[in-house]
Amino acid sequence: MKLWFSLFVLAVLIVIPLWGANIPGLRPFFGIVVPYAALAVFLIGFILKVIKWSKSAVPFKIPTVGGQQRTLPWIKRARLESPFTALEVIGRMALEILFFRSLFRNTKVEIKEGDKVIYGSNKYLWLAGIAFHYCFLVILLRHFKYFVDPTPGLVIFLQNMDNFFQIGLPLVYITDIIFLAAVGYLFLRRLFDGRMRYISLASDYFPLLLILGIGTTGVLMRYFIKVDLIGIKALGVGFLSLKPVVPEEVSALFFIHLFLVSTLFAYFPFSKLMHMAGVFLSPTRNLANNNRAKWHRNPWNYPVKVHTYEEYEEEFHKLMKGAGLPLDKDYAEEKK
Amino acid sequence: MSVELFKSEELIKINYQPPKQDWLDPAVDFAAKKGNWCYSGVLKSLKYLDLPHTPVKWSAADEDWGLPENWRDIILDGLRLRLERFRTLRIFMDICVRCGACADKCHFYIGSGDPKNMPVLRAELLRSVYRREYTLAGKLMGKMVGARDLTLPVLKEWFYYFFQCTECRRCSIFCPYGIDTAEITMIVRELMAEVGISIDWIVTPVANSFRTGNHLGVQPHGVVDSMEFAADDLKEIIGTEVEVPINKKGAEILFIVPSADYFAEPHYYTLLGYLVLFKEIGLDYTFSTYASEGGNFGLFHSHEMIKRLNAKTYAEAQRLGVKWILGGECGHMWRVYHQYMCTMQGEQGNLETPKSPITGTVFENAKSTKMIHIAEFTADLIREGKIKLDPSRNDHWIPTYHDSCNPARAMGLLDEPRYIINKCCNKFVEMPENTIREFTFCCGSGAGLGTDENLEMRLRGGLPRGNAVKYVRDNNNVNILLCMCAIDKATLPAVCDFWAKGVEIGGVHEMVGNALIMTGEAERTKDLRGNLLKNKEDK
Repeated sequence: MKLWFSLFVLAVLIVIPLWGANIPGLRPFFGIVVPYAALAVFLIGFILKVIKWSKSAVPFKIPTVGGQQRTLPWIKRARLESPFTALEVIGRMALEILFFRSLFRNTKVEIKEGDKVIYGSNKYLWLAGIAFHYCFLVILLRHFKYFVDPTPGLVIFLQNMDNFFQIGLPLVYITDIIFLAAVGYLFLRRLFDGRMRYISLASDYFPLLLILGIGTTGVLMRYFIKVDLIGIKALGVGFLSLKPVVPEEVSALFFIHLFLVSTLFAYFPFSKLMHMAGVFLSPTRNLANNNRAKWHRNPWNYPVKVHTYEEYEEEFHKLMKGAGLPLDKDYAEEKK
Repeated sequence: MSVELFKSEELIKINYQPPKQDWLDPAVDFAAKKGNWCYSGVLKSLKYLDLPHTPVKWSAADEDWGLPENWRDIILDGLRLRLERFRTLRIFMDICVRCGACADKCHFYIGSGDPKNMPVLRAELLRSVYRREYTLAGKLMGKMVGARDLTLPVLKEWFYYFFQCTECRRCSIFCPYGIDTAEITMIVRELMAEVGISIDWIVTPVANSFRTGNHLGVQPHGVVDSMEFAADDLKEIIGTEVEVPINKKGAEILFIVPSADYFAEPHYYTLLGYLVLFKEIGLDYTFSTYASEGGNFGLFHSHEMIKRLNAKTYAEAQRLGVKWILGGECGHMWRVYHQYMCTMQGEQGNLETPKSPITGTVFENAKSTKMIHIAEFTADLIREGKIKLDPSRNDHWIPTYHDSCNPARAMGLLDEPRYIINKCCNKFVEMPENTIREFTFCCGSGAGLGTDENLEMRLRGGLPRGNAVKYVRDNNNVNILLCMCAIDKATLPAVCDFWAKGVEIGGVHEMVGNALIMTGEAERTKDLRGNLLKNKEDK
């Protein structure tokens, strides 16, 4: 049901531009208004969300520690798993953000031979995750050739690296293949792993389907159904310089691609995709494990009702005296 | 309930295939799940602590819990407040991608196969309500995006599953964004407490700790009796008088341990270990009856309750005029001392940075909180050659070491205990690598769940640990599981009895006490448990 709903939404998102692209009067809407609006929603939504998060307090320093603490000087400490200084925290965050450190730890539980609980290595999720994210980044950067004229050197370099193997015509980008394979894996995993299907929501299927749709339409345009690249570049360059011109000859396929990309941007701030920003702000990862050395302030720390020693002694002084414990107050004298 | 009610061959037959029914439909059949949930908090304790309570005595299995009419509003207002107070909560509500990496990392999931024990779904139980109340998509699309109203069945589900989380934080180590289920569990428990919902093995220990200073409710003379008893026992074993200072003003160090150390077995042998060690090095320290509990059951109740109980530690250090504080072997006690105490109570300017009076080592890592762990203290003593150890006195033990959740994942106290054990024992063996250090598995009974009526769930949750112990028992003849947590020491005996029969539970400082060669000592023939030493058996 959640899957069908996502597929349905995707279908609608494809049909709209397919229909709109054939109506000349609507082309500026799909080519200019929608992308600008989507970008605006993305930027504003993203920033507002991060501001909202930042406004929440960080009352306690609660890193989840993944290695030996700093203690006695002769005990080797894990600087990146149990960071003590700000620099070490940056190191830990870099490992997390650039290499998906925590996901790399993934294991898989199985019970074998009736009574042996085994924790097998399980790196597929990490592999697919990191392949997907980096390919997405490269593809995004490659797209700058449609926005900047002349094409920046870095983009040309990326392109050349990407079609290094010189297969096919036009030359095949390796990232295109890995990207589709990785997203495909992440999607199929949700479908065919019973546990994953059980926890998956429409908001899990939908982004994957949307990204698959973007990837597929992109690949179709590059390798199979030629589109007017010059017109598209004119639109892209115009888009960035705020003087967009919608080309006359561009096919519906391009409009579908653009519409799906716009949807992704507009959807982003309201979705789980915000993990992109959240991972930087996660208090269990971005705080140092130096609790006992460096005081942390809780902005809403408030006084609480406590049980004082005086109250304690008041209640138990007879028993304490009987047991030979020293007392702060002289209770015998009070009675006199 | 007792362990005999269950069979390990039966309990390990676990079905990891999730049911057909959508998880968003709450359905907990408490009557059918007896053995998997805890009794509710008693009125007497709730009243003593001035906590909200329902007007009637209720049980989770009851249809009507006697909740206040506006319970939904209380919880939702509380949630709104906490979204502002805890960035963790806010971010963890928004960014989970349901990648599933945490799913099979939870000991309760591994042991039960119940999909709502996957950390991701445990958090979704709260997230579904959050989405409904605070997100547009949740308001419009409901179930499709995993949003649902807070209804009584949902609250009951919260009760069931958030008291099936031991706040061990293992899932957080594996989460790519560090989402910490302990944080979510703590906050949901707080919210439930606001409408009077709690369990007794949390609120009664809290009430006892508040009143008497320790969770068992032992009054001051009881503490004194217990220490005198320990001193008598020691006289028999080591042949000399041991003095146990209590409430002594002007001592250099305040020593705080979990109270089970002086009332329960096998904790007691660890206490004997401390006493022998302190006698040998001539430490100027004192116990306190007012602060006679290191363990802080408030951690399992609410942030406010942590602070209410924890206040005693610094207050007593100030009253007694000590220089710094030393803490014994305990798990969640150290989560509080390491990550919460100083933030909650403020820095104590007049206490001093802990400095070992024996070695002169200054513990810069505790210069703010002024409190160190006994494993740090003892490791330093051994390293500096200030005590003599004869590890062969522990040759009747083949020990392995269980990292307790909190010292491991809140502190990173991993190598100090191993250093000590290796110096005190000849035959130390590690359990498989995915079950130790930062990957350690909970005993299955922490965070207030170590009660009798919850035994089935405890044994299930204890499976990963018990199975790892069984592995080293079968392969390396391990016969004792050492640990540094009072809840471990209280509950692992049942877990091991069930999953790894024949393995006993001990403390690290019990091994120290056994191996310690005392100045001018009479020949030692027995260990702290009264077992005959192996090198004596041979002769």
